[in-house]
Amino acid sequence: MNEAVDRSHDMEGSTRLTGVLKAGALLQASVSWTRLRKTAAVGLKSIYSHGLRSLLTVLGIVIGVAAVIAMLAVSEGRSFEAQQQFRALGSNNIIVKSIKPVEVENASAGFRQPSVVYGLTYDDIETISMTIPGINNVIPSRIVKKNVRYLGNSISTDVVGTTVDYPISRNYSLRQGRFFTREEMEQQKNVVVLSDEVANALFPLTDPVGDSIRIDGNYYNVIGIMEAEGFSNLGRSQAGSSNAAPTRIFIPLPAARYRFGETLVRQTSGGMESETVELHEAIIQVDNQDNVEDVGRIIEQILERRHRRMDYAVEVPLALIRQAEETALRDRLQAAAIAGISLLVGGIGIMNIMLASVTERTREIGIRRALGAKKKDIILQFLIEAVILSGVGGLIGVVLGISIPLLLSLFWGMTTIVTVGAPLLAFSISAMIGVVFGIYPSMRAADMDPVEALRHE
Amino acid sequence: MTNAAASGRELVARVEDIRKTYYMGALSVQVLHGLSIDFYKGDFISIMGPSGCGKSTFMNILGCLDQPTSGKYYLGDQDTSRMADNELSSIRGARLGFIFQSYNLIQQLTVVENIELPLFYQGHPEADSRRIAIELATRVGLETRLDHKPFELSGGQQQRVAIARALSNDPLIILADEPTGNLDSKSGAEILDLFDELNQQGKTLIMVTHSDELAERSERQIRLRDGLVESDERSR
Repeated sequence: MNEAVDRSHDMEGSTRLTGVLKAGALLQASVSWTRLRKTAAVGLKSIYSHGLRSLLTVLGIVIGVAAVIAMLAVSEGRSFEAQQQFRALGSNNIIVKSIKPVEVENASAGFRQPSVVYGLTYDDIETISMTIPGINNVIPSRIVKKNVRYLGNSISTDVVGTTVDYPISRNYSLRQGRFFTREEMEQQKNVVVLSDEVANALFPLTDPVGDSIRIDGNYYNVIGIMEAEGFSNLGRSQAGSSNAAPTRIFIPLPAARYRFGETLVRQTSGGMESETVELHEAIIQVDNQDNVEDVGRIIEQILERRHRRMDYAVEVPLALIRQAEETALRDRLQAAAIAGISLLVGGIGIMNIMLASVTERTREIGIRRALGAKKKDIILQFLIEAVILSGVGGLIGVVLGISIPLLLSLFWGMTTIVTVGAPLLAFSISAMIGVVFGIYPSMRAADMDPVEALRHE
Repeated sequence: MTNAAASGRELVARVEDIRKTYYMGALSVQVLHGLSIDFYKGDFISIMGPSGCGKSTFMNILGCLDQPTSGKYYLGDQDTSRMADNELSSIRGARLGFIFQSYNLIQQLTVVENIELPLFYQGHPEADSRRIAIELATRVGLETRLDHKPFELSGGQQQRVAIARALSNDPLIILADEPTGNLDSKSGAEILDLFDELNQQGKTLIMVTHSDELAERSERQIRLRDGLVESDERSR
């Protein structure tokens, strides 16, 4: 028997570690794979034997990791949508809009002017396109709300009087038929292009192209239908913008001017009220994206000189894209801060439970030390346990963090994007939390006097 | 250290003028006042004495769990009295076997895992450790309990696991601290029979005990009093 048990009594003499063991010593020490595996198995057993306690301990980590992944997914989705939306406006475009001046809007009923004149004029557009270099094209439009009818069907929609380049400027394409030509525009022809939604509302069963719709007393020939994707439904909040409503139809600008005039008369409780606007909107295309923001500023200066009131607005989609990017960055920082706080709290929870575990297992530590465990073996044991705890917490957090955005998009139709980086980062941070917050309890375990530890009840 | 001594047997450990003083703030208590004892290979030694005589402190020093304030302790050919913590751990794992009054098995581990623990900390190959552990479990009569946890065993069985564990690293000395203190007389007798058997196979055993009856089973009785050797007799 004794002969069978033949082993060397080699002493490890050179490594002298006195006092408190440095964490670095752990790395220097060669730790075999088997030992790591066996130590991990002991750690798992110990965690498993305190199932509920372990679960509650890692809850902080779980919530932290899940929250950061979900938040990033939502913010990423929002940023993506916003950028899509602004990109749809065209990153080479500048959009100038007419706005009802504040003083008119806010005037009390007694002083309400019976007629208001405001907004962009043909002269404004002319000046802009003549004086600023680098402008490719200017597409002005007039937008009037009208009831549109076909047989028994009717729908209230924005009638957009515009020019032939409108679809190109907005990257819209036609589902069917064609947009009107320059010739048709100049001749003030009664032709109309329907948005997908209007087409479906008025012509639920038949093909609208070739048929006619009625606006006020006039009939317009349907020549084309826009593709649904062309209209981002995100612009709904931007009332007044031509991008706002998906229910839209397009007619040549001169026809709109000729048929509807420039003055809109409305019946209100106080009597009649008229509003005169020449143009509601103009899309200005700049030849080079680098100049877009400069041109935007020049346009603002020109309009400032020409208008006495703020009855216009200049929108630069490129600037809005930048803004969306900035918002996304802020969201990301916010998520990082929240994650940092909850991971800190989670880490403290782990430290707390590890300290309790060390105290509980004082005797076990004494036994292991008596049987030849070095300080680094004890450190390794408790550190692995802490890392398993936080790692499992991180893993549960990742699963939750990926499912939450999935559920959000499934049930609320929210756009969420889970990037590969977020779960990866969150998980590795949570594992690191285990190391950071496990070191102190592990060192406490290792620094116990073996004699004292063995005497512990 | 060369082969020396009265009986002509090989020296396995020697303490030279060992003193131990505990300091508690301004207070200092000297527990050992200069012990010098030679231990020979294959001896079965019992250490006795009234409580407070320094038995436990002496055992802790012999077990390399504690270090003397002054004096030398040779274990095999090494002076351990000035060793660093890491080396002491290694020497405990490689050259000493411990048997405690309260067995001190690790509750989450099975019988076999407990037995192979000293080998684990020495980085002994896994398969070989397992083989040795099973052999030893069989030797102490627990071959049917290999995968049981300590709490599923009786006190006597647990102490036999502890003995197997103390043997697993083939130590120079086996240190037993009141090994039958928690056992009924029948189980205690079985453990002592096992000690005799080990002694006959040439193992060196040092046992701390209160009981004269137990001490009579050993070959050499050392009595301590007030941190000094009171008597050192050889009965066999």
